[in-house]
Formats: sequence, C-alpha cells, structure tokens
Amino acid sequence: MFEIATIALLLTMAGALYRALVGPTLFDRAQAANAAGTVAVLLISVYGFLTGRPEFLDLAIVYGLLNIVGTIAVLKYFRYGDLGDPGEDAGRGEAR
Amino acid sequence: MHAVIDALSWLLLAAGGLFCVIGALGLLRMPDFYTRLHAASVIETLGAGLLLLGMMLQAGLTLVTVKLVFIALLIFFTSPTATHALARAARLRGLGSIARDEDAPPSKP
Repeated sequence: MFEIATIALLLTMAGALYRALVGPTLFDRAQAANAAGTVAVLLISVYGFLTGRPEFLDLAIVYGLLNIVGTIAVLKYFRYGDLGDPGEDAGRGEAR
Repeated sequence: MHAVIDALSWLLLAAGGLFCVIGALGLLRMPDFYTRLHAASVIETLGAGLLLLGMMLQAGLTLVTVKLVFIALLIFFTSPTATHALARAARLRGLGSIARDEDAPPSKP
C-alpha cells in the first residue's frame, strides 16, 4: 500500500530535481528546491510507515521547518542582495 | 471494519501519489515560472493532503496521527507563504511572464 505512494513520491522528487537542474532562472531552482523539500517531508513520512517506524514523523516535521527557513533565506538573499547584516544600522529594512 | 479502513487509505494514498506525479508533470511541462508555481502547489495541497489523510487512517487514534496532523498544519501554513515569497521575489526582480507578452495593453484586473 505504501509502495505505490513511495514510488510516486520518488518520481515527483526526480521531476523536482530535474527542474532544479535545468531551470532557466534562479527562481525556478528555488521553487524546485522548495517542492523537493515538501516531497522529502512526505517521502520520510511514507517511508516511516513503510518500515513501521513512527519516529520518522519527527524527522519529517523538522525537515519541513528547515525547508521553509531555507527557501525564505534564499529568496531574501536574492531579493535584497544580502541577508541584512545586523552589524550595520539594523533598523533600515527597505529594499535596496 | 478494518478492511474498509485499509481499502479507503489505500485509495487515498494512491490518489495522493497520483496528484504528486501530476504536480511534478506540471512542474516540468509548464512554460513559465509563474505557471509552474501553480503546478508545484498541486503537490503541496492535494498530493500532501491525500497522502497524509491516508496515513492518518492507517495510524488510527494514536500519537502518530497527532504528528501527522502537525505535518499537515506545517505544510498548510508554510507552502502558501513560500509560494508567495517566491512569486514576490521573482516579480520584484523583474522576471517577465508569458502573459505580459501576448496582450499588448495591460489587461484590466
């Protein structure tokens, strides 16, 4: 039962990684990384069920959190040029 | 009763996997970044939703189901945020979209 879901998720992961590889613009790659992250969360959960180990769901939650932080960091870097060095006047937040 | 739950969760898992593959296909086939955003969200909404629902049925009323609910809530809140951030960053960075080239005058909302 979980084999079908695992195979489908592996195909989806392959598609997302291919898009990351070939994506013309930078934002395609960021989007593919985000999609791959979500698919990874699902893959870990399904694999946890496949092998009967419920601890995998904790991994999936942590991986989901890391994925969103990573995507936002990449986007912030490429939108504002840097991640906002707290050293300089941190209050100034407008887009340079 | 157990067979009904098994059959139902099998159906949900297969449908979730199918929607994930459809989303990945859209991710590959869509012509433009903004349309690909739509395709990628198919994975996060339907694919993830059905898969998690199928697993919840399998797990019954245990701690595992609580964790699955948390994963569903996580995906429910973070994927729209990520998609919005992606679209906004691309837009402000000046990434053109195919819709713009076809209609010369800016289309009214």
